[in-house]
Amino acid sequence: MRTTCREAIREALRAALRSNPRVFLMGEDIGAYGGAYAVSHGLLEEFGPERVRDTPLSESAFVGAGIGAALGGMRPIVEVMTVNFSLLALDQIVNNAATLRHMSGGQLSVPLVIRMATGAGRQLAAQHSHSLECWYAHIPGIRVVAPATLEDARGMLPAALALDDPVVIFEHASLYGLEGELADGAGPVSLSGAAVRRAGRDVTLIAYGHSLHKALEAAEHLLQGGMEAEVVDLRSLRPLDLETIVASVRKTHRAVIVDEGWRTGSLAGEIAASIMERAFYDLDAPVARVCTAEVPIPYAKQLEDAALPRVESIVAAARDLIGRR
Amino acid sequence: MSPEQSVLPAPAADASGVAPAHALALLRLMLLIRRFEEKAAELYSAGKIRGFLHLYIGEEAVATGVMQALGPEDAVVATYREHGQALARGISPGAIMAEMFGRANGCSRGRGGSMHLFDVSRRFYGGYAIVGGGLPVAVGLALADKLQGRERVTACFFGDGAVAEGEFHESLNLASLWKLPVLFLCENNLYAMGTALARHQAQPDIARKASAYDVAAEAVDGMDVVAVEAAARRASDQVRHEGRPFLLELRTYRFRAHSMYDPDLYRTKDEVESWKQRDPIPQFRARLEQQGLLTAGELEAMEHIIEGEIAAAVAYAESGQLEPIDDLLKDVYGPVPI
Repeated sequence: MRTTCREAIREALRAALRSNPRVFLMGEDIGAYGGAYAVSHGLLEEFGPERVRDTPLSESAFVGAGIGAALGGMRPIVEVMTVNFSLLALDQIVNNAATLRHMSGGQLSVPLVIRMATGAGRQLAAQHSHSLECWYAHIPGIRVVAPATLEDARGMLPAALALDDPVVIFEHASLYGLEGELADGAGPVSLSGAAVRRAGRDVTLIAYGHSLHKALEAAEHLLQGGMEAEVVDLRSLRPLDLETIVASVRKTHRAVIVDEGWRTGSLAGEIAASIMERAFYDLDAPVARVCTAEVPIPYAKQLEDAALPRVESIVAAARDLIGRR
Repeated sequence: MSPEQSVLPAPAADASGVAPAHALALLRLMLLIRRFEEKAAELYSAGKIRGFLHLYIGEEAVATGVMQALGPEDAVVATYREHGQALARGISPGAIMAEMFGRANGCSRGRGGSMHLFDVSRRFYGGYAIVGGGLPVAVGLALADKLQGRERVTACFFGDGAVAEGEFHESLNLASLWKLPVLFLCENNLYAMGTALARHQAQPDIARKASAYDVAAEAVDGMDVVAVEAAARRASDQVRHEGRPFLLELRTYRFRAHSMYDPDLYRTKDEVESWKQRDPIPQFRARLEQQGLLTAGELEAMEHIIEGEIAAAVAYAESGQLEPIDDLLKDVYGPVPI
């Protein structure tokens, strides 16, 4: 079936609403407007305003209400329009959703799914271009995933709903239009575990979300130069699947981490440190990172392009590592 | 609103519906909270309890009165000054004391401490220590009830400091907009930690703020347990039957410092003393004695029983096991389905 990432997520939402009466959606402009990214288009008409709830611009209240509704036996799916706005709900996510199970000595669980768009690349300037997945991945008590493929766009949501923990799903806004084939019966996927999207022997490119596609393109370029890159899609940002990462690095002996977050305090830094801890003596070169430049994302296209990880910079970083032998 | 306005009626002419046995139960519960808190302060000084400790002394009439209006099916969201709220909800003094001792037999298995008491069996959904942070959760609990067709009330305690938080305004608006059965309970003790209400609110009449969100509201003397109970019953009945939120402001005062760390420099001794003249416990006790509902001997017996309960609570806490370090990472995530 030919489809898009947007339609795959919508189909996942529709299937969840159909199969479980405890599931409901809430968020800003998800109903009458049809979703800021048109993901929930048509769902209000199909399921009604009780189950597809437009909210005021009150991120803290409606994310917190999602937590409370989860405590009360529901399976809420909360859409925060973008990660940028989720900062207004950080208190609820970090101080409540992530802590209640532990603070209550295991009496409570918060089966809440929070979806949000993330990322830059569309000339939206500094306040609409953040990639703060790393902030959320820092927090024990929540799970963080980022689909990069149609299968994961379709399958991560039902998998998240099957858990009794809060799950944050980061959808890179540039991926909603991604087109491709999806099997007719596509359903839940495993939430844990990275995936090797392309096998290779010379260097491991580690990425997630939109950056995965840049890494795959970089691998094509490298192949033209006779270099085989293995590409690992992290999929889950918390917990990280270090086994898959380390197994790949043990094979290729080199790693480039691609991360749309800023380098300082990044997920890329965490992964690099983990590789150092577990596979230091397998490395033929230092781990390299291709991250976003340390600047609020500028509006002008040439500046924004220069700030973000690019295919050429991934290729250059990989070539540099391979050339060091 | 002077405390004299609501004098407990004599049992024969029981205008406010307070039966003698019930009046004694109210006194007993307030005394239990008072003595529990005094013991907690003592054990804090002795190093048995650590972390932050916020005492409810002075505010006993609030939790005691409010809880009478709630049934077991209703939910409670509490603050970090919640020992009194937890005791009034029926959590055992031993489970709370053990929690403050950090023991495995505590009501949160020693993971929460004084500020994070939980008991799901009593629908006590916890003490929240980020001011205002519990309000959105209460809205969600009420939403879950509404979506599942349950006629329940979610009672949400917070202080006067919380009304300065965006979450207060967002939550009142959302609960009103979606017609959710939340009983918002503002324990106005006049201080946001050390900042006086008049120094942090342009409009210090908290109950008035509800009108901006089309929420019904009332303010009540929080030092008068009978008035609190009556107001809480009116408010919770309205919430339950109309399925809409209500803001009840309970005007009270804490006699002790904000926490055990607080040198209490921001208010005068005279102010504290003048409020102590309205101490909810002696005030209520005097009324009961006046009306012949309580003798000195009965009060002594009541104190004696409470003393025994507190001693048993401390013994229960002392006897509790420490959670093994091997279980450090327990209850961070739930099981992953295969």
